[in-house]
Amino acid sequence: MSTPVVPTPPKKVNRIGLEPATYRGAKTTLCAGCGHNAISERIIDAFYEMGVDPTRVLKLSGIGCSSKSPAYFLGSAHGFNSVHGRMPSVATGAMLANRTMLGIGVSGDGDTGAIGVGQFVHLMRRNLPLIYIVEDNGCYGLTKGQFSPTADLGSTLKNGVVNDLPPIDICALAIELGATFVARSFSGDKKQLLSILKAAISHKGTCMIDVISPCVTFNDHEGSTKSYAYAKDHDEPVNEISFVPFFEDISVEYEEGTTTPVKMHDGSTLLLKKLESTYNPTDKLEANRMLHETARRGEFATGVIYIQPDAVDFLTLLNLVDEPLAVLPQGRTRPSRQALEEIMDKHR
Amino acid sequence: MASSDLLATPAAVTSPPLVNDLSIQVATVNGSGSQTANLVLLRSIFQMGVPVSGKNLFPSNIAGLPTWYTIRANRHGYIARKKEIDLLVAMNPETAREDVLSLEPGRAVVYDEALKLDQVRPDITFYPVPFDKIVAEVCPDARLRRLVRNMIYDGVLAHLLGIDLAEMDTALTRLMKKKAKALTLNLAALQAGFAYASEHFEGRPVPFRVERMRETHDLILIEGNGAAALGCLMAGVTVVAWYPITPSSSLCETLIDYLRKYRIDPDTGKATFAVVQAEDEIAALGMVVGASWAGARSMTSTSGPGISLMAEFTGLAYFAELPAVIFDVQRVGPSTGLPTRTAQGDIAFAAGLSHGDTKHLLLLPASVSECYTMAMQAFDLAERFQTPIFIMSDLDLGMNTWMAEPFPYPEAPLDRGKVLTEQTLAAIGEWSRYKDVDGDGIAYRSLPGQFGPGFFTRGSGHNARAQYSERPDDYTQTLDRLLRKFESARGAVPEPEIELRAGARVGIIAFGTSHWAIVETRDQLRDEDRLETSYYRLRAFPFTHHLDAFIDAHDRVYVVEQNRDGQMLGLMRQDLTGTRINKLRSVRHYNGLPIDARSVTDEIRAHEARMALPPETSAEDAIVGAEEAV
Ligand SMILES: Cc1ncc(C[n+]2csc(CCOP(=O)(O)OP(=O)(O)O)c2C)c(N)n1
Ligand code: SF4
Ligand SMILES: [Mg+2]
Repeated sequence: MSTPVVPTPPKKVNRIGLEPATYRGAKTTLCAGCGHNAISERIIDAFYEMGVDPTRVLKLSGIGCSSKSPAYFLGSAHGFNSVHGRMPSVATGAMLANRTMLGIGVSGDGDTGAIGVGQFVHLMRRNLPLIYIVEDNGCYGLTKGQFSPTADLGSTLKNGVVNDLPPIDICALAIELGATFVARSFSGDKKQLLSILKAAISHKGTCMIDVISPCVTFNDHEGSTKSYAYAKDHDEPVNEISFVPFFEDISVEYEEGTTTPVKMHDGSTLLLKKLESTYNPTDKLEANRMLHETARRGEFATGVIYIQPDAVDFLTLLNLVDEPLAVLPQGRTRPSRQALEEIMDKHR
Repeated sequence: MASSDLLATPAAVTSPPLVNDLSIQVATVNGSGSQTANLVLLRSIFQMGVPVSGKNLFPSNIAGLPTWYTIRANRHGYIARKKEIDLLVAMNPETAREDVLSLEPGRAVVYDEALKLDQVRPDITFYPVPFDKIVAEVCPDARLRRLVRNMIYDGVLAHLLGIDLAEMDTALTRLMKKKAKALTLNLAALQAGFAYASEHFEGRPVPFRVERMRETHDLILIEGNGAAALGCLMAGVTVVAWYPITPSSSLCETLIDYLRKYRIDPDTGKATFAVVQAEDEIAALGMVVGASWAGARSMTSTSGPGISLMAEFTGLAYFAELPAVIFDVQRVGPSTGLPTRTAQGDIAFAAGLSHGDTKHLLLLPASVSECYTMAMQAFDLAERFQTPIFIMSDLDLGMNTWMAEPFPYPEAPLDRGKVLTEQTLAAIGEWSRYKDVDGDGIAYRSLPGQFGPGFFTRGSGHNARAQYSERPDDYTQTLDRLLRKFESARGAVPEPEIELRAGARVGIIAFGTSHWAIVETRDQLRDEDRLETSYYRLRAFPFTHHLDAFIDAHDRVYVVEQNRDGQMLGLMRQDLTGTRINKLRSVRHYNGLPIDARSVTDEIRAHEARMALPPETSAEDAIVGAEEAV
């Protein structure tokens, strides 16, 4: 008896021949419906579609539900769940040690805006090549729902407690401090978040992406300004994003005047088509004005809010050798006998 | 030689001067540019072949507060701080009276004439010098006078003590190589001081004298921080993250100078290192930990306040098993007051830094040579044991100038520890990040971007395969293996230096800069009390097996340290059995000044005297007694 040969359909692979499954991680332990899970999914899609080798990626995080999520994507990459609010420093050290890696850090709004705001500030100033995602739910998920510094004025907790302090606008802060790619999105907006993440992979410098990511367990009720319902109603996209990766051989066409084309470091093109507003995302002042105006209307602007594709990044500034510092052999890191002799002579 | 037929001062010196045995203290106001003058004085004595040390006792201030520089020259090679001052140079009107009153009778004072110090007491030899008048003559530009005024006392001292003026010229020229104009002015001031002293003090008896020896031939003079920086350079450090703090800043600052000079790739002109001045010490250690996780040799340097901020990351590195080299240049307690004074006060804190069950390796350098060698050892040990390591220097060692043999070139290759490579994998067969395949508690680690699979690094919650786990058995196994690793380190850290004296019933244990006082204390006890002592110079924590045997060989063992609570003794108590603990006595020095031999000798003598009495005090009382006596 011979069984009929059914041709196995060709496996779906990306441009470097890897299957989607290669980009998955461990099974999530976050709550079902948590915005953070949707963000992990988009990260998986973006890295797959861009054909990034996961073994060339460093995943970093602080502490929080959000910071757990690097375990749930790119399982074959090295990951480091560090301490609360201090991921920027760990990421900085890691990137200095091996500049050939692609770094992605995941933080929360508490991890970034409260305990870690100092390190956040200095990370932005340095323009370290790093994708820095804030999974922003306006509360501390892991410690059971307390307000975080991004909670809006007047927003309430489940038990009715009202937040009476103004929020920190992480995007405005990042732009002010020197980040060269600042975006905001919503975990429920698959298409926009995916485009932003792909563009971030192409950027050389700090990409700060604030993603509104509702906490279904502690901050999804009426009265919360970080709930799914509220986010859907108040999401104000400022541009329509088309991303043309460098490896797609298509000619890039766009409408002059309404679309800002941005040439990315790796040769990809980012097309930002203006929607409501008329601002220019490569102008710091306008970007900040736009953030303030939308906030005043009670809305939150999403899209690529600010981009400066050709600023000097921290690794370039330090004039590091091309190879990872981590692998330099002794012959290149221990000065010669003569060098020591010379130094000794100076002290004689 | 002083001749006795000359006009006697009130404290006439009749006996011949003491040769190559004196301490000089220069009292100035900080910010007054006395540094050059003091270094020239120190160097000129050194160049004359006389063993010497210089210690800066300075305030936490940029300008205007009292500061003292003490130089000790000693023909026997004693270079610890001497408790008594033999020759005072009183330049600070604020403290001059008190400085003079605190001298022992028969000592000498060079002072600014305007201060009229000779009225203060009759039993001191005074040498008044009209500094303002002399400086006005050599430095026509009034704005520059402040900067050259201090060189005058060098000239005066050269004459009084018999220091060769040519040696001072050499020392000054060396320090001011690149500043021709300043050099000319300073040389003039130096000579003017000398000329003044020749004219006015010629033939006046001077109780002390410096004469040429050959004890410093081919030695170097260097600060501990500079030596440590050199050790880091030779250890092939690649990532440095730091936050400025006295007394540690000069370590990283010197290292940066060395890196810029010696670690630029000749072919590309690019740096084989990265240095970041971090936003604080939390970030500094975070960067070090991130860098070592990604495989770089990384270090930071700080002092107590920074160590406090590093607590959480130190614990993370301990549990995640990541190397980190941390220099703690110790200083006195928190906040304002005495941050620029020395202590060995972070021992207990560093040994157990962080929350949860943590223990860390400490290296205890006593000399600039050990700052150099232990810096290199620290990188090897940190990578070998995949754990944070602290090099416990202190302000006295780090910032002051010490003599040393020239440092040897390191012959041993770098030990990068157990890293997963094709070869190591072939040897061990199967790899799990936290599996103890060799029985020493140390597992192999794979490095990002290099050979082997990725894994997820976390703090306490993981199993041998680096998977997330909160299981009680996994956690206990992790803790037990970490302990095994710590036990393995016992056999790898620097061994103590032990000097057993035949028949000695009394032992002394000391570490770090206390060493220099102990060398002298032992001679004092031998010469003055006929008490022979053995010596155990501790060089690392955890303690090695030698400790038990040393205590067993003696009736009483004095543990000398520069803190109030006997921190090292506390660590020993955790390790030792009861009978051995009962033999330990604590000698503690904690006044912010570098420890001196006389204080230690007096205290041990008092204890020993009590021991000779019928037994009415228990060992416990003896320890309490020590605390009161310090
Ligand atoms: C030093 C320190 N302080 C406090 C905590 C407790 N803690 C854990 S997660 C967290 C807040 C996390 O909030 P966020 O960063 O917004 O993450 P989310 O859980 O909301 O995703 C806090 C306060 C800690 N782990 N470490
Ligand atoms: S508690 Fe909130 S933030 Fe945490 S996993 Fe659940 S839904 Fe997500
Ligand atoms: Mg949150």
